[in-house]
Amino acid sequence: MRKVTVYITLKQGVLDPQGKAIQTSLNSLGYKEVEEARVGKYIEMQIEDGPNLESRVKEMCDKLLANPVIEDYQFEVGEAVHA
Amino acid sequence: MKFAVIVFPGSNCDRDMYHAVKGVLGEEADLVWYQNSNLENYDGILLPGGFSYGDYLRSGAVAATSDVMNQVREQAAKGKPVLGVCNGFQILTESGLLPGALMRNRKLSFMCHQEELVVENNQTIFTSGYAKGEVVRYPIAHGEGNYFCDAETLADLKKNNQIVFTYKNNPNGSTYDIAGITNKEGNVLGMMPHPERAVEALLGSYDGLKLFQSIVKNWRESYYVANA
Repeated sequence: MRKVTVYITLKQGVLDPQGKAIQTSLNSLGYKEVEEARVGKYIEMQIEDGPNLESRVKEMCDKLLANPVIEDYQFEVGEAVHA
Repeated sequence: MKFAVIVFPGSNCDRDMYHAVKGVLGEEADLVWYQNSNLENYDGILLPGGFSYGDYLRSGAVAATSDVMNQVREQAAKGKPVLGVCNGFQILTESGLLPGALMRNRKLSFMCHQEELVVENNQTIFTSGYAKGEVVRYPIAHGEGNYFCDAETLADLKKNNQIVFTYKNNPNGSTYDIAGITNKEGNVLGMMPHPERAVEALLGSYDGLKLFQSIVKNWRESYYVANA
């Protein structure tokens, strides 16, 4: 079993009103140094190990987990974990 | 004409859509559950609004992976009219039947009120009953109706006359004020505003009626030609 972590972020150039609201809120709390905040998604999966693990995870990202029109993704395959 | 109104877990405008084509227009219609369905015998497919799968992951993303969407794709390829409204539009973009994506509204809030739309293209099977440039009033009800596409896609949409409706006063931040687009072939229309909720004076507007009438009229004419 492998732990796979997927990070999904909005593409550069895609407006992120949620991130903007967070940035404004942080600024109003006094954290004036925050110039930008972007919101993304973090998905953790436990996946049975196999020879095509990486390419299958990439497929999962392309087919469902991320929307290529608006999002980029990256993922990490962790060390083997025992269930 | 026989319509299929596809029902996903979490659809909530399915009855409104059914009422528009069956109750108001008097055409045949079935509510078709998304599992074990067969769309072969339907002349038109309606994807209603709602929150399929609770909008988990992204609005429409999970519904887009269901088998019924493969069938919708097959029927669309035959030239049958497919209309997706609100969540139905989100499902159409997520499944790749229409370009672009629907994102959170610019001001983050859910919006539910009437909007004025401009009919940009009346040369479609959905809008032939309207005049070009006609202003119509449909309700909107969405939190994620902010249409986004890249510059290249937008140029394509313009070139192919795929932009069918725009907002007069853009409520949600949509690129180019886009409220509704078709595919290149013109037989798949996705739109955020709800024509099915504007089919009777009692509902505050019957401007949506002509959209459904256009579909039926164009289908009858093509059917007549095909069987003459």
